[in-house]
Amino acid sequence: MDMKSLKYAPTHEWVLVEGDVATVGISKFAVDQLTDLIMIELPAIGSKVSAGKSFGEVESVKAVSDLYSPVSGEVVAVNKDVAANVMLLAEDAYDKGWLIKVKLDGSAPASELLDLDAYEKKVAEDAH
Amino acid sequence: MMSSETALKTPLFAWHHTHGGKLVEFGGWLMPVLYTSIVEEHQAVRKRVGLFDISHMGRLTFDGPDSLSWLEHVTTNHVAKLAENQIQYSLMANGGGGLIDDVLVYRSRYGFVLVCNASNRAHVLAQLERHREGRIARMVDSTADTAMIAVQGPAALATVQPLFNAPLDSVRYYHLTMGRLLGDVDAVISRTGYTGEDGVELIVAASAGVRVWDALLESGKSAGILPCGLGARDTLRFEAGMPLFGHEMNEAVNPYAAGLGWAVKLNKGDFVGRDALVKFRANPGQVRVGLRIDGKRIARQGSEVFHNGLPAGLVTSGTFAPTLQQTMAMALVDPASATLGTVLGVDIRGRNEVATVVSLPFYRRDHPIPSPV
Repeated sequence: MDMKSLKYAPTHEWVLVEGDVATVGISKFAVDQLTDLIMIELPAIGSKVSAGKSFGEVESVKAVSDLYSPVSGEVVAVNKDVAANVMLLAEDAYDKGWLIKVKLDGSAPASELLDLDAYEKKVAEDAH
Repeated sequence: MMSSETALKTPLFAWHHTHGGKLVEFGGWLMPVLYTSIVEEHQAVRKRVGLFDISHMGRLTFDGPDSLSWLEHVTTNHVAKLAENQIQYSLMANGGGGLIDDVLVYRSRYGFVLVCNASNRAHVLAQLERHREGRIARMVDSTADTAMIAVQGPAALATVQPLFNAPLDSVRYYHLTMGRLLGDVDAVISRTGYTGEDGVELIVAASAGVRVWDALLESGKSAGILPCGLGARDTLRFEAGMPLFGHEMNEAVNPYAAGLGWAVKLNKGDFVGRDALVKFRANPGQVRVGLRIDGKRIARQGSEVFHNGLPAGLVTSGTFAPTLQQTMAMALVDPASATLGTVLGVDIRGRNEVATVVSLPFYRRDHPIPSPV
């Protein structure tokens, strides 16, 4: 996956929009920060997600974190491999590690989505 | 919340910083929570050997004629029972029988050392001064002048021994020895730890901290030593069923509820908190239990515990236990909900998960530390 074609939320989710379907995942930076992942909870196919709202949670030894949807719509696909084995995220947060696909309902995405450069700049600032 | 600018730094801080330690504020100190992975560091200690900077722990030294009576008065265990070079787990209670801290008391030929939790050091010092009552003794806070390093795991003694000028395998559990590391570094080495494994803890001068740390890493290299952060220290002590102040203990928890009644010696004479503790022994009110949680979601501190739908207590610590590969928790619950096998519910962020009362500790090593006579 070309990371430049993705948009990033400040909460570390990425989104790839192709036509009226968006693929959502979390960034490698987020995975590295979480460390020691234990499990991930993803929504069921057919459920609705809303931009800026939680659609699941990822639990690590250290802490639990909400997953925030960058877009609004209906979940049309869920990555069962990641749900069964969250360690896939540590291997590959972008291709194998996508989380859900959302059929966009046409409402506005979370307004503050960043391109790769802006996201990397934010990450560098946060790490400082 | 304390900012990282005002947080204290151990003599090993620069080492942690330059070796990938993820630094967090803990108990007023900037400490590594992990270097690469909590689980990998945890497994290193269970299977090989791990190295921990525990210089944030408070170290108070006592000498003078009334040291013993002073410590006897402010701690709950029986200090006079300590032989020279022996160490005792003890507690410091407030007047109401709640817990100010849990501590280790070392007795050496020079006097006593009290090791307390980082976050409680000021409180412990104040409690001691408040109850000095004219005793002739000197108390020195040597925390900043010393470094403290834990070497834990099956290969711990083999890691330290080549660097030390006295035999370690004859040092029994909860005993100490004094000698020299690296030819010229005075060290107090104790057969103690907070991981459930065999191992030792070392106290050396702050200025020697990095040299000793580096030498230990080199000595343990062939055994597969890893530097470990506070994250692994927490999962290790959790599996071993050891309480952590601020979780299983605080000023509102009495030692009998925390499962630490064995460290209270009511018949040793009067001491701070004794009257209240006599009552708590008869009726602790709550019981610390182990819980096995169905599913992988973690019941963290503060999660509510239910029994047949009614509130029964609170989770004090919860995590994924790497050795058991199972999500577990410790909780303080009503005595009626504490029987082994009782099925309880835990509210994990709004959803009920099934929790079964199981025995503590969750993990016990196969081979206890030999105690040569």
